Amino acid sequence: MQMPVPNPAILARKAAIVAALRAVLPADAVIDDPHETRAYECDALAAYRTQPLAVVLPRSTAEVAAALRVCHGLGVPVVPRGAGTSLSGGAMPSQDAVILGVARMAAVLEVDTANRFVRVQAGRTNLAVTAAVEGAGFFYAPDPSSQLACLIAGNIAMNSGGAHCLKYGVTTNNLMGVTLVTMAGEVLEIGGPYADAGGLDLLGVICGSEGQLGVVTEATLRILPKPEGARPVLIGFGSSEGAGACVAEIIRAGVLPVAIEFMDRPCIRATEDFAHAGYPDCEALLIVEVEGAEAEIAEQLGLIRQIAMRHDPVEFREAQSEDEAKRIWLGRKSAFGAMGQINDYICLDGTIPVSALPAVLRRIGEMAAAAGLQVANVFHAGDGNMHPLILYDANLAGDLERGEALGAEILKLCVEVGGCLTGEHGVGIEKRDLMGAQFSGADMEAQMRVKDVFDPGWLLNPAKVFPLALSAARRG
Amino acid sequence: MVMRPRDERELAEAIRDSAGPLRVVGGGTRPVCAGAGVVLETGGLAGVRLYEPAALTLVVGAGTPLAEVEAVLEGARQRLGFEPVRWGALLNAAGESTIGGVVAANVSGPRRLQAGACRDALIGVRFFDGHGEVIKNGGRVMKNVTGYDLVKLMAGSWGRLGVMSEVAFKLQPAAAAEATLLLEGLGAGEAVAALSAALGSPYEVSGAGWMPDAGAMLRLEGLAESVAYRVARLSAQLARFGAVRVERDGAALWRALGEVEPLQGLAGAVWRFSVKPSEAPAILARLGCPVVLDWGGGLIWAVLPEGVDARAKAAPYSGHATLMRGPGVVFEPEMPGVAALSAGVRAKFDPRGIFIGSEGA
Ligand SMILES: Cc1cc2nc3c(=O)[nH]c(=O)nc-3n(C[C@H](O)[C@H](O)[C@H](O)COP(=O)(O)OP(=O)(O)OC[C@H]3O[C@@H](n4cnc5c(N)ncnc54)[C@H](O)[C@@H]3O)c2cc1C
Repeated sequence: MQMPVPNPAILARKAAIVAALRAVLPADAVIDDPHETRAYECDALAAYRTQPLAVVLPRSTAEVAAALRVCHGLGVPVVPRGAGTSLSGGAMPSQDAVILGVARMAAVLEVDTANRFVRVQAGRTNLAVTAAVEGAGFFYAPDPSSQLACLIAGNIAMNSGGAHCLKYGVTTNNLMGVTLVTMAGEVLEIGGPYADAGGLDLLGVICGSEGQLGVVTEATLRILPKPEGARPVLIGFGSSEGAGACVAEIIRAGVLPVAIEFMDRPCIRATEDFAHAGYPDCEALLIVEVEGAEAEIAEQLGLIRQIAMRHDPVEFREAQSEDEAKRIWLGRKSAFGAMGQINDYICLDGTIPVSALPAVLRRIGEMAAAAGLQVANVFHAGDGNMHPLILYDANLAGDLERGEALGAEILKLCVEVGGCLTGEHGVGIEKRDLMGAQFSGADMEAQMRVKDVFDPGWLLNPAKVFPLALSAARRG
Repeated sequence: MVMRPRDERELAEAIRDSAGPLRVVGGGTRPVCAGAGVVLETGGLAGVRLYEPAALTLVVGAGTPLAEVEAVLEGARQRLGFEPVRWGALLNAAGESTIGGVVAANVSGPRRLQAGACRDALIGVRFFDGHGEVIKNGGRVMKNVTGYDLVKLMAGSWGRLGVMSEVAFKLQPAAAAEATLLLEGLGAGEAVAALSAALGSPYEVSGAGWMPDAGAMLRLEGLAESVAYRVARLSAQLARFGAVRVERDGAALWRALGEVEPLQGLAGAVWRFSVKPSEAPAILARLGCPVVLDWGGGLIWAVLPEGVDARAKAAPYSGHATLMRGPGVVFEPEMPGVAALSAGVRAKFDPRGIFIGSEGA
């Protein structure tokens, strides 16, 4: 993957830049020792690494603003960072950039159950947001599988989803307001604990802007009353087509499951070997979860069973206990870990119209065979967000490149059938050069114009999202 | 003068050739409001482009009448979850709402508090900017984070960034059953606590409002047994607020709430407040005028004599107020830094400043 050449003038001024940051931040908030900055050299797209110029770890909005004013004044690029779990290289530094990490800003600022929101500092982990409101019977709905580690700041920047977003929506649908610090160091309040924007919906474009428009330091999040109960069923199928058709029919029938997850045979096999969840030996399986009180769960599962039976399932397994429910989820939840045991893998994230599912799965199989690589599929079937995992061997010369080439072809296929390059992981560095497959020059120009307004000097996370050649002139 | 492009090519030309100001209207017969400008009507950009019930996806021309969209969806027992409502009667506007107008004003009905606003259901747009250049964003799938989300920016932009030609939505299945709980004895101020209690319960309330004759209203939707269960539980829980009556056929009530029927025909200026629900009782007391509440008290419709500064009267409140009927639509002034960003974005999309806003809702 091509990376922009770091600006030698900035590298040469490193000492002065670090001194300027130290002058406005507490001593322990500025790190420039290469041994210590090494922890920030990559995110979860770990094949790509670079040492940053320095790292700042502010504790307040005021400190964030001070750091940004210094970098703005000196013309130094800044890469905002949460927990570094991005799978697309969104938080990856460049040698001439300062990493601005918000992980030390993790406080709960306000819990308001009467108005159903919580206000937190953006460095709080996703799971700790729910932990803060759980006692009062509420939860924060978006639940990326990385929720133990990832921060609300990263969730907002990536507009992250999760297994339960079929019912509750993704981050943007649950975000009410942010405190945003612009690259120039100006602190802005956008949105708040009330519905909809008064003017243009700037919050809507900030969410999902991958750290390119401003640094989010606080967030107002919608919280929901916890459902009375939840229960998953596991349905095994003799073919992916059968599973795909079953998904479409469940959706049409008006049952609203909170999650419909899909796994294909290679993925089922690998997770069985790893997690021993007791999954059936079959071509494809669905995990469908419904919520409510006992009677409501029974009513929904009755309907789902009726539908599933029309598609020749090899198994229909209803969780009879808390323990069985856990086992049904166990394999799905350990899928990525299991694949990681066997091989290195590239995790794709394209979305397709659900109707195209069977055809796309077949085509991916053919493409993988032609490339001589294995692909396992595990994904959010209810909304067509696929996660094909391309297995490769990092120790084998050329294997990563072969895997990346296959990945690019699969993502182009997603776009061709009416879908998109990324459903929840973001563009980052990983997919920036594929953007032209989905967007025209004018489409991307329109997006870049928004960045021009928020960050005229293109200093915030500059080399992400847009094809390098396209953003070159603006990045200066 | 009125221009009515029949397709995207004509729309692009109309914008390119115009020196402005252009007033985008959703189509139909509505008389143009006071104010200058050539009218650009989108009614020619109509029709269903793609409807895939099994994927809960609809793509339509922006000029398609709302009624037509609703009829198509009803045929397949589906709906727009955000419950588009018609403000025409309230705002003294004739003509039929178009789907593009609904998007431009981010019009969302009572179900907004459960299913999200119009902006949450909108998954794709095609629009023409101030250069007459076509820009697409989003698409037809419900999970999509590829590039910036300009879809949200277009929803509620009131035609100030560009002219939409096509919009795509994610849909909901229609509910198999519904029931409405009414607490007829509650006044507007008292109702908010009851609405809030219901919204804090696990019973998935899909509407929570107050109207003068109906009192506090709460809607439950879903599968039949589930609705019956929740009606019983929620009624019991709300008994402490007063007598609860269960209305099996509440459709007319919710339509009346969405269209703000009780305030239609009252003389004066119509204001719309979006606030923190718990602030509503105090705001109502300060306003002391006819009101309708929606979104658990978070949305207040109020009619005040023209010329009265409703914001000053209602203050303090978090959120924002918009003058919806009176001398033009007037938005709450934004914080200076935010206003500068909004102005910057407008200048980028409409550098010649030719769009003076939409009247299409
Ligand atoms: C095992 C695993 C499972 C995952 N599962 C899911 C999943 O189910 N769904 C999903 O959507 N994602 C998933 N992810 C991806 C990742 O966890 C999400 O993208 C997450 O939101 C990133 O959060 P973070 O705090 O780690 O952010 P980082 O990785 O540190 O940063 C992500 C982006 O946010 C920007 N950013 C960070 N902080 C700020 C800030 N304060 N202001 C502005 N921009 C900022 C960064 O510049 C970067 O572009 C998974 C990742 C892993 C490793």
